[in-house]
Amino acid sequence: MAGSIKDRVAIIGMGCTRFGELWDKGPGELVIDAVTEAYQDAGVTSKDIEAAWVGTLFSGMGGRSLSEPLKLQYIPVTRVENACGSGHESMRGAAYAIAAGICDIALAVGFEKLKDEGGSGLPGMENRSNTHYQSTPPGMFAMMATNYFHRYGLSPEAGKTMLARISVKSHKNALLNPKAHFRRELTIEQVMNAPIIAWPLGLFDCCGVSDGAAAAILARADIAKKFRPDPVYIKALQICASPTSGRMTSDYDFTHVEEAYRGGIAAYKEAGIKEPRKEISMAEVHDCFSITEAVTMEDLQFSKRGNVKEDIEAGFFEMTGALPVQPDGGLKCFGHPVGASGIRMVYELYLQLLGRAGKRQIKNPKLGLAHNMGNEPYAPVVSICIVGL
Amino acid sequence: MVGIESFGAYIPWHRLDRQQFLKAWGGFAIPGERSVAYYDEDSVTMAVEASMNCLKDFDAQKIDGLYFATTSAPYKEKQSAATMALALNMRSDIRTADFTTSLRCGSTAMLMAYDTIKAGSARSILVAVADCRIGAPSGMTEQSLGDGGAAFLVGNRDVVAEILYTYSVSDDLVATWRGENDVFLRGWEERMVMDEGYSKIVPIAINGILKKSGMKKEDFTKVVFDPPGDARRHGKVATEIGFKPAQLQDPLSLFMNMGMTGSAMAPQMLSAALETTKPGDKILYCGYGNGADAMILQVTDAITKLPERRSLSKHLSVKKSYDNYESLLKWRDIVPLEAARRPDKQHIRMAATWRDRKVLLGLWGVKCRKCGQPQYDNGAMSTPPIRVCAKCQSQDDFDDYCFAGKMATVSSYTHDQLAPVLDPPASVVLVEFQGGGRAFFDLTDRDPAEIKVGTKVELTFRKLQLDRGLTNYFWKVRPARF
Repeated sequence: MAGSIKDRVAIIGMGCTRFGELWDKGPGELVIDAVTEAYQDAGVTSKDIEAAWVGTLFSGMGGRSLSEPLKLQYIPVTRVENACGSGHESMRGAAYAIAAGICDIALAVGFEKLKDEGGSGLPGMENRSNTHYQSTPPGMFAMMATNYFHRYGLSPEAGKTMLARISVKSHKNALLNPKAHFRRELTIEQVMNAPIIAWPLGLFDCCGVSDGAAAAILARADIAKKFRPDPVYIKALQICASPTSGRMTSDYDFTHVEEAYRGGIAAYKEAGIKEPRKEISMAEVHDCFSITEAVTMEDLQFSKRGNVKEDIEAGFFEMTGALPVQPDGGLKCFGHPVGASGIRMVYELYLQLLGRAGKRQIKNPKLGLAHNMGNEPYAPVVSICIVGL
Repeated sequence: MVGIESFGAYIPWHRLDRQQFLKAWGGFAIPGERSVAYYDEDSVTMAVEASMNCLKDFDAQKIDGLYFATTSAPYKEKQSAATMALALNMRSDIRTADFTTSLRCGSTAMLMAYDTIKAGSARSILVAVADCRIGAPSGMTEQSLGDGGAAFLVGNRDVVAEILYTYSVSDDLVATWRGENDVFLRGWEERMVMDEGYSKIVPIAINGILKKSGMKKEDFTKVVFDPPGDARRHGKVATEIGFKPAQLQDPLSLFMNMGMTGSAMAPQMLSAALETTKPGDKILYCGYGNGADAMILQVTDAITKLPERRSLSKHLSVKKSYDNYESLLKWRDIVPLEAARRPDKQHIRMAATWRDRKVLLGLWGVKCRKCGQPQYDNGAMSTPPIRVCAKCQSQDDFDDYCFAGKMATVSSYTHDQLAPVLDPPASVVLVEFQGGGRAFFDLTDRDPAEIKVGTKVELTFRKLQLDRGLTNYFWKVRPARF
């Protein structure tokens, strides 16, 4: 592909609600809260928005899921869905429209209202013939942990300890984030001893199921400084969809996510990054389960294959490490309102790049990477967004 | 020569110690244990299992019919034999029929298969029998019943036991019954039912076929007929007719280790008898229920050439004895249960299961002509059928490839506590098929602790969902134990 999004589109304002079990808020109100913060941040009103995209998996239908609550006046609005990457997908729609020169200012929103279902987890996703094996998302990712442990000779104890450190780190980070769903410090023992959800994953290996919304206002790079002196620029926006062959042929090892690896290569190329482990200042990745974060560190080439355990033990991804991951708590603790998560990740990178992250501020970040992954490890759509100054 | 070309049997893996009935309800416990169909088993799945055992080393494509017999069919209106024919990869230009409502329907089906072949309407017919009857909680019936099945390939080539004579008696005595809306078995007073029914009709049938054949009681190596609710009557009737105990296919060990399997009981006993017969042996067979159907069979030399199969006696020893009566109530849907706080399962889309029937029921996948990769698609979001190769992306360039009967190895697994299943955790495995190809399957009949990467598994036909009267069948895998 000849084209690149790098430095053609700027983020001039962002907003994000608190994530959590927001019993007293409906989807429309979540959208209004996130977008209002973004309007104020960018210093614009709804009249400045020329076109909008909105990502949601379960909670809306059509462009009206955005234009209705915001009362947007007869502008083009598109609802997009790309599983857990729906938030990034809405940003991609807005960014590509701007890069194509079709509009100057566009709005991207992601939201999800999951806690109206009366139960835990996500609404059902069965196949047409209802012959799908009886497993939940935790079960499908647990199988990746089973194979990771088996391939690298980790005992269940050693493997679960490695994963527990990931969750402990994210809980520690979220303690400093007032918008996070779970703000409670955990010990490795608590994570290890938690009830099993899908062997070998326990309760604290799983992310939160939350309500929330996040929004970004994007503008042409050459006019961004009219709105703010310090816009953040999009460096890469890549999507990689799986042919899902991994469930049918033995080529797939089930200890990594091929789409994340390939999506990472494409994003690094678009952003001009040669050594991601050194050049990326921070990352928000799709830690739907602890094992997902572990293999993602390898897929994105932050750690060598099979070596993430050493990096985790060395504290490489802690706030004090060389490459902080999940500074806002991640899906694990900030929560995971599916359609909102992609933009929530960029929201954190944006705050960090602007030096507005308060007590969890990372020192002088230059480039941040957000990684989203929807569906099972052998069948995902992965989206990667890199932003920087 | 028309007779039995092959035979097979099936008993579910799960056995319930009858002391658990005493523990639950007080009173009296029959000694021994009974077989209990798992929550994903029913008469259709058990009959398929028995048929798979029966058809080992036989080509199902060459069979001209399938007669399914049961008193516990999943439908009042809708044939089950047609479903089974797909699962067993039989042709569609065959005669399929369900024989039902009488406890001797399995025997009737065998006689009908014999007549069909003798009449020249078919060369061979598969007769599959299974029952999964339910006794109401706290009664003796729930203790005495068991679940299981048997299957026979009846034909006119390489017959291992020739059917020499048949004889039938009809008798309208309402001994046990289930009405249109009954879930549980009902029965009239045992004494009357035994005196006027079983103890009179079985001798009439046996004496009738002896007279018709001109054969004598002492001509028979084995005498096979099923016991009634009161199992002691079996021996009494045999003595009264004049058989010696050594001639009898003894039902007692089956009763103690499996229970009374309804219409499958006499056929299962016949399959057990065939396991131990020699060429030249004569067998007198009788199945009872609203009359009786009798047969005289003679074992041929071909029995020595029939490859070893999963016999009834093997099934008796491959088992998991468990001590949880409540699970019987759960698995048979006898008590209402708190719904899992999970999304409701979707309704069955009959159109989709019909469209993919060959893939889903027959386990047909494809093999790429370009790269040789066998592949199976058990239904993701948008597929099957497979039109583009998962390995080399060639399009529409495949040979059909059947995965039924293939062994496989577990390459990954989980035990999911969140998924709403009747016997949590939901064990799910990714398996690698012998000969290539991989797929995810539910793992059934399993002890979670026994599953490892590398565990050998085999395919088993199971019931997935009951929705608005529709039953959704598909395949699962289970650890290979035979």
